[in-house]
Amino acid sequence: MPINPSSHLKRLENESIQIIREVAAECRNPVMLYSIGKDSAVMLHLALKAFYPSKPPFPLLHVDTTWKFREMISFRDTIAEKYGLELIVHTNEEGVRQGINPFDHGSSNYTHVMKTETLKAALTEHGFDAAFGGARRDEEKSRAKERVFSFRTSSHSWDPKNQRPELWNNYNARVKPGESIRAFPLSNWTELDIWQYILAEEIDIVPLYLAARRPVVNRGGLLIMVDDERFRLEPGEQIDEKMVRFRTLGCYPLTAAIESEATTLPEVVREMLIARTSERHGRLIDHDDAASMEKKKRDGYF
Amino acid sequence: MNINPDIKAEDFAEYISSQEDKGLLRFLTCGSVDDGKSTLIGRLLFDTKLIFEDQLSALERDSKRHGTVGEEMDLALLVDGLEAEREQGITIDVAYRFFATDKRKFIVADTPGHEQYTRNMATGASTADLAVLLVDARKGILTQTKRHAFIASLLGVRHVVLALNKIDLVDYSQERFEEVRAEFDQFAESFDFDSAVAIPLSARFGDNVTQRSDKLSWFNGPTLLEHLETVEAEKEEEGGPFRLPVQWVNRPNLNFRGFSGTVTGGPMRVGDEIVVANSGKTTVVDKLVTMDGELSEAPSGQAVTVTLKDEIDISRGDVLAPANNRPDVSDQFASHVIWMSEQPMYPGRPYLLKIAGRTVSAQVTEIKHKIDVNTFKHLAGKQLELNEIAFCNVALSHPVAFDPYEANKETGSFILIDRMSNETVAAGMVWFGLRRATNVHRQALDINKAERASLKNQRPALLWFTGLSGSGKSTIANALELKLSERAKHTYVLDGDNIRHGLNKDLGFTEADRVENIRRVAETAKLFVDAGLITLVSFISPFRSERQLARSLVEAGEFYEIHVDTPLEDCAKRDPKGLYAKAKAGEIQNFTGIDSPYEAPENPEIRVSTVGRTPEDIADEIIDRLEENGVLERALEWHI
Ligand SMILES: Nc1nc2c(ncn2[C@@H]2O[C@H](COP(=O)(O)OP(=O)(O)OP(=O)(O)O)[C@@H](O)[C@H]2O)c(=O)[nH]1
Ligand SMILES: [Mg+2]
Repeated sequence: MPINPSSHLKRLENESIQIIREVAAECRNPVMLYSIGKDSAVMLHLALKAFYPSKPPFPLLHVDTTWKFREMISFRDTIAEKYGLELIVHTNEEGVRQGINPFDHGSSNYTHVMKTETLKAALTEHGFDAAFGGARRDEEKSRAKERVFSFRTSSHSWDPKNQRPELWNNYNARVKPGESIRAFPLSNWTELDIWQYILAEEIDIVPLYLAARRPVVNRGGLLIMVDDERFRLEPGEQIDEKMVRFRTLGCYPLTAAIESEATTLPEVVREMLIARTSERHGRLIDHDDAASMEKKKRDGYF
Repeated sequence: MNINPDIKAEDFAEYISSQEDKGLLRFLTCGSVDDGKSTLIGRLLFDTKLIFEDQLSALERDSKRHGTVGEEMDLALLVDGLEAEREQGITIDVAYRFFATDKRKFIVADTPGHEQYTRNMATGASTADLAVLLVDARKGILTQTKRHAFIASLLGVRHVVLALNKIDLVDYSQERFEEVRAEFDQFAESFDFDSAVAIPLSARFGDNVTQRSDKLSWFNGPTLLEHLETVEAEKEEEGGPFRLPVQWVNRPNLNFRGFSGTVTGGPMRVGDEIVVANSGKTTVVDKLVTMDGELSEAPSGQAVTVTLKDEIDISRGDVLAPANNRPDVSDQFASHVIWMSEQPMYPGRPYLLKIAGRTVSAQVTEIKHKIDVNTFKHLAGKQLELNEIAFCNVALSHPVAFDPYEANKETGSFILIDRMSNETVAAGMVWFGLRRATNVHRQALDINKAERASLKNQRPALLWFTGLSGSGKSTIANALELKLSERAKHTYVLDGDNIRHGLNKDLGFTEADRVENIRRVAETAKLFVDAGLITLVSFISPFRSERQLARSLVEAGEFYEIHVDTPLEDCAKRDPKGLYAKAKAGEIQNFTGIDSPYEAPENPEIRVSTVGRTPEDIADEIIDRLEENGVLERALEWHI
């Protein structure tokens, strides 16, 4: 069912398309960060709409930590092929050689090396002057403060106290060599908007978002899925089959599932509306402390 | 979001689509420091059940650490998301938050009250339909309250709510409410808002925010949320002429050439006769393409790709419009400007201007008046400081298409960008176009004087020293050049020594040769000014007409005639090169002041006397005058 031309979803869609086109027109060498999750799925869908009948004039970049769910990787490759898009997969080979992993090195340390630093290296290596990200302002309180066109220094850091004024939808994309813009076309979308839109537009998403029986371990109250044989059980832990789904997707050892019977999208949305915890609750890396996301972003986390 | 957990999955599709058709209201909270803006947003999020359990327990932890209300939950911490904000208990930058009720969806911008962060308030106001202007019931309406009301109105916010907050701290007094309301009505009148409503409330305790309160039983108006749910503030259906600023030329293959952009102002239809505003070329809309299929009509706000019946030259930044209802096209307009940089704005300084996807070089040519935000009176001004608002004439390097801001926000608004730092330094709202005839700034070359001067971070000028031989012109010019170079200004001195021995060595001292001498110097100086330099010319230049010629070669405001006014007796007494002695002895002919006239300037920009003063002292006097005229930044600012 197509969305109503006067609905707020249409307003959001139009706003996002304008942002995406503006980046493509103003920036020399943009890239779209594709993290395979539902927000990326919506962002990619909007990019396809923005340039139709052309293809999006930029590649997708996925930072592969090698610890993503297997279903995510196969979904990623299918999508890139389906739309004929250039996909750059970047992995920190040095980190892999050193055996950096989420079990031995702590979640924040691991994320820093395999994700943040790797992403920065990829952006620098390819000389991208703009990168699209699927972050939403409703996700987290420091994100609620961020501009749509968010300026990054040549060391990829964000200065939250000194952001460029951003009036109307008149975006300033000017940067000096080495500096860059992070562009967030989904800034004004909420989690509910994302699901409603996926439903209305019939956008493909990774099946992990729907409930199914999956092998999980209960670790400190959070359900962690055992996606491959690298998973390390701690003493006393055991693997159970449970009906679970994910509200957000990342590295499997760091992403908690929730128990759910929602095997269809409408059921997912229904559960979402009565949820008592936020989406990021399931992300282990966000739990460090109140200001942790801002700190990460200042360091160049997306 | 309050939904019934028992709602059946089957009914869900229906529920979802009912959610989709809700209206959307974008509003902001503004007002003076600590009036309770963030607390109010926190309260709205909390009362509309948008805070999840994990966020609530985080809030409890945070309140203990950073809270401003003792043991209680500090709702402002739900919104003040930056570390620095939580530590200082203030808002620094705008936060965008989202909530919904059964009636409407809301996007709210919580903006900072501190004057220092006014530009972030303007950021939040630029996309809002309504402003909630908070006032602390104890303090009443302050300068900052008025500034925010003014900026909101300038940016086209048509609806305002005066939220008289902290009513708990004045014992829920009706008298106090009426008092502030009367003052508010008076100053709101001049803004001509479509709706201006006053509501008493307590953000901290929740009285009259989402629920009525016994303590405010005397108030029979709506709660804040009721008002937000029902106020008719959604963008009135835009039925004016459409504009399509071309964002991106869509060229997938040789058979398709489309122009992608977002329609604004009114609907665009297949078959419409359109014009490319800049070139004046006309054609007809062939198709309105989207990935969801072709449209016969694209309403305002719709992102589309247009194809046209004829192949005409169109690129990014062009504006398509109905052939019978065109936007203005000009390289000058009058507009309101909000200055947002710590570096002051001086007329004549070049910036980049971005309007409807087009970026051109621009300068403010004249500050018509500044506006005092407290009294709304007009003030004269030579420069604009951080957060000042003015009505200005703006000149562009190329003509652009635009509308008055009132008619179309998209094509009537612009930003100015600093060419060195790339910072956004100003926001502008076009008032009206200025006629082409008055325009002086068309430049054929791509790299022009403005560009060159901007790279040097200065305004070019021609400082023309005139005076008798031995009056001190060269000494003063050299002292001045030294001071300018200390300020990192790029300069050059043209004087007898470097011109007479090279370029002009074929010239003697007859009247004709003297005229030609000055003509060449003036033409050379003009090129140096065009190169962006502050050019100092030190020549006796005794004749008014030659100095007038030099003046006419550069732009108004660039020429400074500096009369080094030393009496002939003193010059003759000093006689540094022994020339007066020789002239008097008849050994030199045509010597100015002896047997050739010196026509003293009648109205020089600067006249300096030299007797009993050091060259440094005189150079400082000249610098003061150049600062007053905006050629140089003030020393203080320059030191920082
Ligand atoms: N008694 C009382 N205190 C309030 C009320 N609303 C806010 N406050 C207190 O006023 C102080 C400032 O509140 P904030 O919400 O941070 O004010 P603000 O307007 O957002 O401040 P800036 O954003 O920095 O300009 C806090 O200590 C609040 O708890 C109220 O209705 N009654
Ligand atoms: Mg605040």
